[in-house]
Amino acid sequence: MASRPVGETLAKRIALYHLPLFLFLLFALFPFYWMFVTSVKSTQETYNREVNPYVPVACASAVAEQARALRFDGSALMDSCLYHWRALVRDTLFLRWLGNTLLVAVVSTVISLFAGVTSAYALARLSFRGANTLGVLIFITYLVPPTLLFIPLSDVIGDLPLLHWNLLNSPWALIVAYPTFLVPFCTWLLTGYFKTIPKELEEAAMIDGATRVQAMVRIILPLALPGLLSAGMFAFTLSANEFLYALVFIYDNANKTVPVGVVSELIKGDVFYWGQLMSGALLGSVPVALIYSFFVEHYVAGMTGAVKG
Amino acid sequence: MAGQPQSIAAIGTRGGKAAGRMLDRPAFLAYLLMTPAAFIILFFVAYPFTWGVWMSLTNKRIGMPWSQVRFTGLANYIDLVARDGVFWTTFRNSLAYTGVATVVKWVLGIWLAILLNRIVKWQRLIRAAVLLPWIVPTVLSTIAFLWIFDPDFSVINWTLRRFYTWMGWGYVKGPLWLGDPLLALASVTFVNIWRGTPFFAISFLAGLQTISPDLYEAAAIDGASAWQRFLHVTLPGIRPIMIVVLVFSIIVTFADFQIVYVLTRGGPANSTHLFATYAYQVAMVGSRLGLGAAVSLFMFPFLALVIVFQLVYLRKEHA
Repeated sequence: MASRPVGETLAKRIALYHLPLFLFLLFALFPFYWMFVTSVKSTQETYNREVNPYVPVACASAVAEQARALRFDGSALMDSCLYHWRALVRDTLFLRWLGNTLLVAVVSTVISLFAGVTSAYALARLSFRGANTLGVLIFITYLVPPTLLFIPLSDVIGDLPLLHWNLLNSPWALIVAYPTFLVPFCTWLLTGYFKTIPKELEEAAMIDGATRVQAMVRIILPLALPGLLSAGMFAFTLSANEFLYALVFIYDNANKTVPVGVVSELIKGDVFYWGQLMSGALLGSVPVALIYSFFVEHYVAGMTGAVKG
Repeated sequence: MAGQPQSIAAIGTRGGKAAGRMLDRPAFLAYLLMTPAAFIILFFVAYPFTWGVWMSLTNKRIGMPWSQVRFTGLANYIDLVARDGVFWTTFRNSLAYTGVATVVKWVLGIWLAILLNRIVKWQRLIRAAVLLPWIVPTVLSTIAFLWIFDPDFSVINWTLRRFYTWMGWGYVKGPLWLGDPLLALASVTFVNIWRGTPFFAISFLAGLQTISPDLYEAAAIDGASAWQRFLHVTLPGIRPIMIVVLVFSIIVTFADFQIVYVLTRGGPANSTHLFATYAYQVAMVGSRLGLGAAVSLFMFPFLALVIVFQLVYLRKEHA
């Protein structure tokens, strides 16, 4: 923490730090406020240009009324505030999309963590011919964007090499595709992490009679658990946020993920279901945001570790 | 990185099983451990990439029987460069989008990082809040911007209108944020800046925290002004992380798809396409897979340049 220079007046501090930070926060958070406000307005209110758009009038007054009467009436709140939320859950496949997103994210994260841990351990700890070349190759793969690969990759996933299976339009298409960016990411992050664990620990275990594999599984992996946890969280959110592959590889409404489902099913030609769109955007963001906010510190630490490594 | 001497590893082998002994040989174990990652990269990155290069040299279309797919050499590339006006707009847009967004994110990111580093109260909460734009699925937050930029119900225009009336300047309709080519490109760039600034800030914050406070004290004792301390202590201190963040961000921004896809689909009149959205438009909407593959491969030389710069830089730092 930088120390605060003495003799800085309160007014100067406010002008130099608090005001800019407040503006940054406003800039960062306004779209989320806007999602929320739009999602709790009725469609008529949304399209009424006479009222102040910043306040959801009907919903606010319903809440105020119940607060004044000290009486909670869930169904009245449903009608005046959460109408679009309910419609989204009831009338669209939002919950299916959420389930698909979770399934794809969890499975591809597990695969990528496994492949990431093994290759990161090899790169950080073992000397072998071609180690540097492989490290560089994985790093380059980490930097190859999905937008460069999606056209040929859809061919490959529609006709897997050697097996000739067609995975298009199933969650497996994404489970196979996401490790292409998750494995290099996990490897990169974990190689840095492994390097911070003293070598002496496993050397001691091996002198005591453990094999290298035993030393790796019993000594190093438990110590690397925080690194594994943050790599897993980031891999999970990266796959939950992915859009292009999910857009190109999945056609059926029921198999879509949240980002693709919301964009393609709640916008029909020129008709925008703004209430549902905003509810979907909000509800789809909340899980990812919650997971991340617990890991902000880990992210900062992981970033420095990886860069130093 | 040095491997274990063979003798120490051998002591650990119980029963002398061949498999166990093999696993204690660092090189063998290393290749075994690299296999899953190598498998994924070989089959789902290297092979599709090669396939994409081949596709870009053919006339392949969606649903076309293999018997009709013909090798057309560089025809797709020549078509794009010589005959396709949208391609050059796309080229210019990609450079402008990447250049402007990166510079603004860089400046705002350093500023925000310094502010965050000074905050003591509610530190965790504020950091989490600032990071939100980068965390939340881009498509979902971009939908909020689509509504903020709406031609009829834009909240920006509503506020502008109120402000004009309040000031007594009369009626103003407010611009069509996504309806005018230049303004639409600016709006798209704005959303990219909104999303990316937190990433710059949080990463720079990590860099700031590695700088020893003693350096600032020493500089202050030597009479350095705040600006000089920034130039000679802060900037060199965050330099390593800055290079990584910049490279990463340039690549992600240059290859961006989601923001343009949701906000404009490349419109109005194909004026806001980036390479990725134009490739999608040509291949998936226009069903010309070969031509689309060629469009996306045009990103490759640029990306390769950035990656080579990064690798050379990393090697120099480590040497």
